[in-house]
Amino acid sequence: MVAYIIRRVFAAILLLFVISLATFAIFFLVPRLAGATPQDLASRYVGKTANQEQIAVMTQKLGFDDPIIVQYGRFVKGLFVGADYSTGPTTEHCPAPCFGYSFITQNPVWPDLVDRLGVTLSLAAGAALIWLVVGVAVGVLSALRKGSFFDRAAMGIALAGVSLPIFFTGLLSLSIFSYTLHWFPPGGSYTPITENPGLWAYDLVLPWVTLAFLYAAGYARLTRAGMLETMNEDYIRTARAKGLPERTVVVKHGLRSALTPILTIFGLDLGLLLGGAILTESTFSLPGIGKYAVDAVRNNDLPKVLGVVMLGAFFIVLANLIVDILYAVVDPRVRLS
Amino acid sequence: MTTSADITLTPSGAPAPEAFLEVRDLKVQFATDDGVVKAVDGLSFGLERGQTLGIVGESGSGKSVTSLSIMGLHKGGSVSMSGEIWLDGQELISASKEEVRRLRGSKAAMIFQDPLSSMHPFYPVGEQIVEAYRVHHDVPAKQARQRAIDMLARAGIPQPERRVDDYPHQFSGGMRQRAMIAMALVNNPSLLIADEPTTALDVTVQAQILDLIRDLQVEFGSAVIIITHDLGVVAELADDILVMYAGRCMEYDRAQKVFTAPEHPYTWGLLASMPRLDREVRDRLKPIDGTPPSLINLPTGCPFHPRCPYLGRDGIPCTTVDPHLPRHVTAGVACHIPHTDRIRTFSEEVLPTL
Repeated sequence: MVAYIIRRVFAAILLLFVISLATFAIFFLVPRLAGATPQDLASRYVGKTANQEQIAVMTQKLGFDDPIIVQYGRFVKGLFVGADYSTGPTTEHCPAPCFGYSFITQNPVWPDLVDRLGVTLSLAAGAALIWLVVGVAVGVLSALRKGSFFDRAAMGIALAGVSLPIFFTGLLSLSIFSYTLHWFPPGGSYTPITENPGLWAYDLVLPWVTLAFLYAAGYARLTRAGMLETMNEDYIRTARAKGLPERTVVVKHGLRSALTPILTIFGLDLGLLLGGAILTESTFSLPGIGKYAVDAVRNNDLPKVLGVVMLGAFFIVLANLIVDILYAVVDPRVRLS
Repeated sequence: MTTSADITLTPSGAPAPEAFLEVRDLKVQFATDDGVVKAVDGLSFGLERGQTLGIVGESGSGKSVTSLSIMGLHKGGSVSMSGEIWLDGQELISASKEEVRRLRGSKAAMIFQDPLSSMHPFYPVGEQIVEAYRVHHDVPAKQARQRAIDMLARAGIPQPERRVDDYPHQFSGGMRQRAMIAMALVNNPSLLIADEPTTALDVTVQAQILDLIRDLQVEFGSAVIIITHDLGVVAELADDILVMYAGRCMEYDRAQKVFTAPEHPYTWGLLASMPRLDREVRDRLKPIDGTPPSLINLPTGCPFHPRCPYLGRDGIPCTTVDPHLPRHVTAGVACHIPHTDRIRTFSEEVLPTL
């Protein structure tokens, strides 16, 4: 078991390394191959009106003249120990983890990301809790009453949930529950949990429910399919033959098995969301990672994009790692291989 | 002793019978999109404690459906059951779900064909046995665990204190079936149903498992129903044999009688298709021609007539009249060929070829 975990951790670290290599190559190697000079890159930092001298200083400062390998080395070093940028007389220190400076605002990327992570984390965690509980519960009930009115209605709504995009359901819920009924605050409202937990939850109800609706629909369908399959397994018949009450048969023997694949998907979904719930954050104007990413892409702000990509990759790899380890806990057969 | 040719049962609605297990005119039907499947069609038999009944037949003859009916394991909805199943003075078909659930695992237990898929892969073997015990006994976990270890030891699992925490996939096939048997017997059931208990096992392990079932039966004094398509298995264990075909009883009698003087052409076919060591190897096994009938559209008359090599003798209405066993007779042969002809045909035509 310990060997298994160590193997998975090493694999995760290796994966992150490869991702950083690939991302860095896309942002810094590909433009160069496409004919961009180091000065072109540097010119993005100094604005449209800059003269050649300013550009040269910036090129020097950020080291765009160095071979790409050296630049990557400096990037990785910056992530772990921070980086120093020398402009001759003064030296700027960018503390670890250093993702560089924004083209536009000249701010270091990392503090911005940390700032916005709280929003994304609040959004993702709350929504995940809702969709997991609702999706699995609806899926189980549907499977147990296959073909019933409840099953058909739930699966119909689930189909709608999977099909309707966030920017539709989000705007619809805003228009009804916020602007018409005034039950919930309008888009853009966000209070950090540290300031006022009650208000924090109240502000996030609409985004949570909208986001959870999309995912819960998929989870309900997955759970239903999984339950229908497991409830036909031989060991379910054995459990019944022992004389176990039906509830024990369904939950302890059926759901336990049906949940295993759900766990995998859940890890991936959550990891993906932590890297930015782009549509939800844009629809509700929440200042999270997703909105940050959209702004960065719109402005061609490469360091910001690089930061978001690395952060997202980190969460996805981490979530996968946790899922792999949980898998071994849940399914004893995984431990051997 | 329940069965000999002259025993008759009381008609439906009569007081509880004296036999430990008595099935009367059991009918099990499943409604499907293609029509009604008559999986079991008027089956009657009885069984005493300490006795073993072998139910034999091809796949789809209704053997497993019969056993699942006794256990009350048919899922509701599309299934309809009629007839009576008396277990130790209690009628099960009219009993409530909850009553039947309480009997399951305690008074009647079951062993299934494939021990790997029949155990939950996520729970240790011991835990699954403990669960079976604690459902019916209000005992502390520690005591139940000791009980599980004892049962594993009795079922012939070496080092049971250690193996009790292993998962099913860490057991070999034979060990798993031993663990299943331990689980089935943990509550001292007075009826044990074994549904193809050796089919998924190596030949060398099969005999061990059958020995184990027999030994434990003697020890616990339970009634045993062995369901199999393998006549060799029942030859080893059974006191009585019931040959099923198309959801009906074709031949039902003492095992001794069925093996030495079988009367139904279908039984002859099963015997001829059984491999035997004492036969010349160059002889090929003789399968029964044709395939089992659809249980939705049974052939008219005798359900076996399309495959019966003795069809069409003078004046015998095989294709038109159903040779159903008389309703309350629990031993006999469902065949139109006269008794004396059957005896003669078997000894003159069939026996020399076996």
